[in-house]
Amino acid sequence: MLGGGTAGTLLANRLRRELAGPAAEIVVVDADDEHLYQPGLLFVPFGLARPEALVRPRQRQLRSGVEFRRAAVEHVDLQTDTVLLADGTSLGYDVLVVATGARLMPEETDGLLGPGWLEKVFSFYTLDAATALQRAMAQFDGGRLAIGVMDMPIKCPVAPLEFGFLADWYFRQRGIRDRVELTYVTPLDGAFTKATCNRELSGLLGDKGISLVTEFNTGEVDGSGGRLIAYDGREVPFDLAVLVPLHGGQAYVDRSPGLGDELGFVPTDPHTLQAKAKPNVFVIGDAADVPTSKAGSVAHFEGATVAGNIRRYLAGEPLDAGFDGHTNCFIESGFGKALLIDFNYETEPVTGRFPGRAGLPLLRQSRLNHLGKLAFGWLYWHVLLPGRDIPAVPSRMPMTGKRTADAAHPRPAPDN
Amino acid sequence: MPTTSYAGAEVTLNDEGFFTDPRQWTEAMVPEIARQEGIGELTDRHWQVIEFMRHEYESKGTGPTVRVLGKASGVSVRELYGLFPKGPAKVAAKIAGIPKPRGCI
Repeated sequence: MLGGGTAGTLLANRLRRELAGPAAEIVVVDADDEHLYQPGLLFVPFGLARPEALVRPRQRQLRSGVEFRRAAVEHVDLQTDTVLLADGTSLGYDVLVVATGARLMPEETDGLLGPGWLEKVFSFYTLDAATALQRAMAQFDGGRLAIGVMDMPIKCPVAPLEFGFLADWYFRQRGIRDRVELTYVTPLDGAFTKATCNRELSGLLGDKGISLVTEFNTGEVDGSGGRLIAYDGREVPFDLAVLVPLHGGQAYVDRSPGLGDELGFVPTDPHTLQAKAKPNVFVIGDAADVPTSKAGSVAHFEGATVAGNIRRYLAGEPLDAGFDGHTNCFIESGFGKALLIDFNYETEPVTGRFPGRAGLPLLRQSRLNHLGKLAFGWLYWHVLLPGRDIPAVPSRMPMTGKRTADAAHPRPAPDN
Repeated sequence: MPTTSYAGAEVTLNDEGFFTDPRQWTEAMVPEIARQEGIGELTDRHWQVIEFMRHEYESKGTGPTVRVLGKASGVSVRELYGLFPKGPAKVAAKIAGIPKPRGCI
């Protein structure tokens, strides 16, 4: 199992239970022993989360009977079923799981790491940058704040929107909202990728006085001049920029012939989660190229399918095409409220309640959803990572409680 | 759905002007669609991108995003914007007769 993050940890623990006894030896490989609770990063810049509280040892999240190997991956040799490690040793495998997530590539955007980086130009996608941003936000006493997404795909595609909503709340709390101009800059043609959400979220941006700049493909960040410059020549000026850098797969994927695509993500069957490269390779979490969000909830819902399919593969049985693209995200909207969205490959996010008629309100701001988001921190360490099911929340997307009139025109199923 | 005619043949487009059936497309239609998109003169570099779009669509079932184009087509993102100023992925997809690139979620 390459990667001891959300996806690798929850799958290793689930597999350890499901492949009982000494029949399977499970080794998790990761370059470091720091498991970061990534959903917490959003709250750091606003002083709502302490950076040191977000990190725990990876090894401690793994059940006994799962071996942890601390080493970086050099490359995978698919021909000989071998992982070559950076320390010169190698690991053979019967089944390989790629769970190494996505890599931030700020260096791929001209100027992003140039003059102004961590002075006027920040990100909140790493602990260091989010911590530095917290200080800059505290000192910011007015001006233009631009929130920019360099290009898709990104982890947690709602996070930069949430940053905007929380920034509106934060500057109102400080009594200086009238001196801050908030602009949300996206390469998409709307606030979000999904049409129904797009309407709701664009409306919310408007309500909060956040301007929206769409179809803006940032070609260069001019930190000293305070400008985002698009490839088509348009510019967005800023005094403080909070940017989500380009994402790709891990570098070892590029060094492993036949494993990844142009961006280093691993081509994967969207329903069985088997890699297209070879039958004994499976993929879980952000590392896969499947057409759904890169989010912890997706890794959790994928867990049941991947674990079952590894067991089936080892037993010589046909695989189950069980994963439906189920994604579930809380969207923090500020002032102690949040929205909840729930969708899959075929069904757009709709209104109603989740996971059933008496559940949390969908696609609508509510205090309950905010409490749900806070409760998720506990669930993450104690239910999600141990690879257990969340009570009442099924892996396949539930329709009970949903107003399906909104979903009268579902997106066609991706056919790759 | 609107239909229109390129190079003397009837084709079906969606509301945004993308082909709904890429099999209706022929190379002979390219100059006419390109003119409609504000591109008067097609260079070898334009053709390189258009052929890449067709190839990607045929092998993967969806057109590439501008980032993938920049990595894999042999034409950099900056040059792509020079060739297709109104947005390389969308405009080149229209000219290549394939559906709007799905992008990422």
